[in-house]
Amino acid sequence: MIPEFEKFKGFKAKNLPKEELLSSGHRACQGCGEVLALRMVMKALGKDVIVCNATGCMEIITSPYPHTAWNVPWIHIAFENAAAVASGVESARRVLARKGKIPKKHVDILAVGGDGATGDIGLQWISGAFERGHDFLYVCLDNEAYMNTGVQRSGCTPYGAMTTTSPPGKKSFGQVTWKKNVPAIAVAHNIPYVATASPAYFLDLMNKVKKAALVKGPAYVHIYSPCPTGWGSAGERSVEIARLAVETKVFPLYEVIEGRYIISRKITKPKPVEEYLKTQRRFRHLDEEHIDYIQRRVDAEYEKLLRLAEMD
Amino acid sequence: MSKRVGIEVSIAIAEAVGLARAEVIPAYPITPQTHIVEHLSEMVANGELDAEFIPVESEHAAMSCCCGSSAAGARTFTSSSAQGLSLMSEILYIPSTMRLPMVMVVANRAMSAPISIWNDHQDIMVQRDIGWIQTFAENGQEAVDLTLHAFRVAEDRNVSLPFIVNIDGFTLSHVIEPIELPDQEDVDKFLPPFKPRYKLDPRRPITMGPVGIPEVYTEAKVAHDMAMRKAKRYILKAWDEFAEIFGRKYNPVESYRTEDAEILLVTMGSISETAMTAVDAMRDDGQKVGLLRIRLWRPFPSQEFRKAIGKAKVLAVVDRCLPPGAVCGPVGAEIRSLLYKIPGAPKIFSFVAGLGGRDVTVARFKEIVDKARQFAKKRPRELYEVIGVREK
Amino acid sequence: MANSDAIVGWKTITFGCHILEPGNAANFRTGDWRSQRPVTDKEKCIKCGMCWVYCPDMAYSQDEEGYFVANMEYCKGCGICAHECPKDAITMVPEEG
Repeated sequence: MIPEFEKFKGFKAKNLPKEELLSSGHRACQGCGEVLALRMVMKALGKDVIVCNATGCMEIITSPYPHTAWNVPWIHIAFENAAAVASGVESARRVLARKGKIPKKHVDILAVGGDGATGDIGLQWISGAFERGHDFLYVCLDNEAYMNTGVQRSGCTPYGAMTTTSPPGKKSFGQVTWKKNVPAIAVAHNIPYVATASPAYFLDLMNKVKKAALVKGPAYVHIYSPCPTGWGSAGERSVEIARLAVETKVFPLYEVIEGRYIISRKITKPKPVEEYLKTQRRFRHLDEEHIDYIQRRVDAEYEKLLRLAEMD
Repeated sequence: MSKRVGIEVSIAIAEAVGLARAEVIPAYPITPQTHIVEHLSEMVANGELDAEFIPVESEHAAMSCCCGSSAAGARTFTSSSAQGLSLMSEILYIPSTMRLPMVMVVANRAMSAPISIWNDHQDIMVQRDIGWIQTFAENGQEAVDLTLHAFRVAEDRNVSLPFIVNIDGFTLSHVIEPIELPDQEDVDKFLPPFKPRYKLDPRRPITMGPVGIPEVYTEAKVAHDMAMRKAKRYILKAWDEFAEIFGRKYNPVESYRTEDAEILLVTMGSISETAMTAVDAMRDDGQKVGLLRIRLWRPFPSQEFRKAIGKAKVLAVVDRCLPPGAVCGPVGAEIRSLLYKIPGAPKIFSFVAGLGGRDVTVARFKEIVDKARQFAKKRPRELYEVIGVREK
Repeated sequence: MANSDAIVGWKTITFGCHILEPGNAANFRTGDWRSQRPVTDKEKCIKCGMCWVYCPDMAYSQDEEGYFVANMEYCKGCGICAHECPKDAITMVPEEG
């Protein structure tokens, strides 16, 4: 077990931190589930943090000069390299603390990026930082496509989804590949902590982020982030959709602590995936056959996950 | 006491980085830069240098780590070459406009294809406009001295810009030369601890690297350009201070036997040593030939260069880079535009030589001077000439 | 994105283009994006704070009586608060004009 977790009692709904590390006035779309997730991440971390942000929606909407929504130190360099920038920050602070040039007090280093920045273009940088063992946490805010550039498909776009580069047509039904399992790639690096989270389950999300920060060495949290603009869903339904994704087993919540899988929320009476799919315009072209396939595959993936958890 | 030792130039550069007390060194190996970072890694492993050596997974990551490290307030060093430098390219533009000081030694090497590990200046010329201060070293001593100078200037709060010291791959990086390694005490006197104007610090949160909307972008870039122009003053000042402490004086443009010279060779980097030998030989033959060596490439020392020309009638500019389809090599183009329509300006001829490790011999320099003299009488058809290329 | 604050000269632009004032995005009012506003029925409200928890615009804060109130300077009118309210105490009302 991880010793740093012993003292952490967990966040309670009654005593959530009031302080907003991310201010109002950011330019996110109405009902943005990603900025909501980011807000929860920051609440969990508190103000002793340095944020390294990959290029993407969150970077754009929080920092149009001369305005910043950030109340904590924040740096953006480029798209694919947030994990490497974080490696540099972490190493710098390590040597500066050793030399007595900065206070010894621990500061969390957060690298944050979208699914494209994480699972596609930035994979190598993340792999390098994980393998080297820097003490930082990487948070992926997964809205399942390149939203900032106009909803192009990514490796994390789910099967069948319509995007501007996976359009359904006479010879296509949308995204033809199954969603890339980025948390499993993180797990393969033998890092001490990996988790998935959803803003609908805010306490679970905040506790996981806090644990990821507490653990020594690299940690990875993959957060489902509804995007009304890119998914063609109603803004007010963002949290509901995030909840449905968990209840239908489309996006299961789990932790992998030192390689051991633990299901955070076991879905014993799953809702049919169709209920989830019909909340979003990106799936509306799918016929019964495709929906059946998705249901079968979701069930199979969930079974795989259960087996991984049972192995312990 | 400083000591004069016979030492490989790469090792000497690493020693200089150690004397500078670099704190974070992210690096990825590429020939011919390897000996520099290997030696640094060894110094850290042996506890001779209290630093974090980050063995990154690519040069792009190296430069990304450098940005994070400098922004967090640590003295930052890396080194690269050719393909590696190009892999960094996307990031190189960023720390300069963000005013993040760091020092990189580039062991200059040819760009693929065909793949070549040998020396020319194509790698750095591709990165000409990244907004870093750039110097070129001629010999091992200078490589060491310019590395120390680079830290001093880059971190000066009036400058606060990243800095590249160019050394020729192999012809400089891998040779053993007698080099005077300065005292730690003197280096400490010359190079105060890094105190950045702004850094990532939870006690004083700032936002670094925001979005530049069209109302802002031009001003941000002009501010960077003005900072580069202003930097020249501090580059010169640091060289003066360097001379006071270490007794070696450097100038942005070095003149060799230029008094009464009619034809001047213009070079950068280690071929200048051969060029001096060639000048001596031609002088012995009674030819009025001299040499201008550009040490400071960015910001370009326009005033100093114009002054250094003196009364010369012909400039033979040697580029170690061949940009296909361009008017001429980049140094040639720079000098042509610097002197364009200036009354009494010399005629300028552009030569390309020494690509991919090909030697530029004394004979080649003589050939260049002969051609320049010929061209001065009869204007050549092309605006540049490649020296020493076989046709069949 | 017209923004008069962004009109700076090269001499006055901040060093390295850094933004030195934390959280000054609060000077930018996003309330005018709104086409509907949340109205809370205090009779039904149990002060659970779910509206505050799920607001992506950090518009809600608690008043002296413990009720959560959305700041109309920032509320973009997405309606998540109304949709998530366990007591259906929040109604989205169209903005006039």
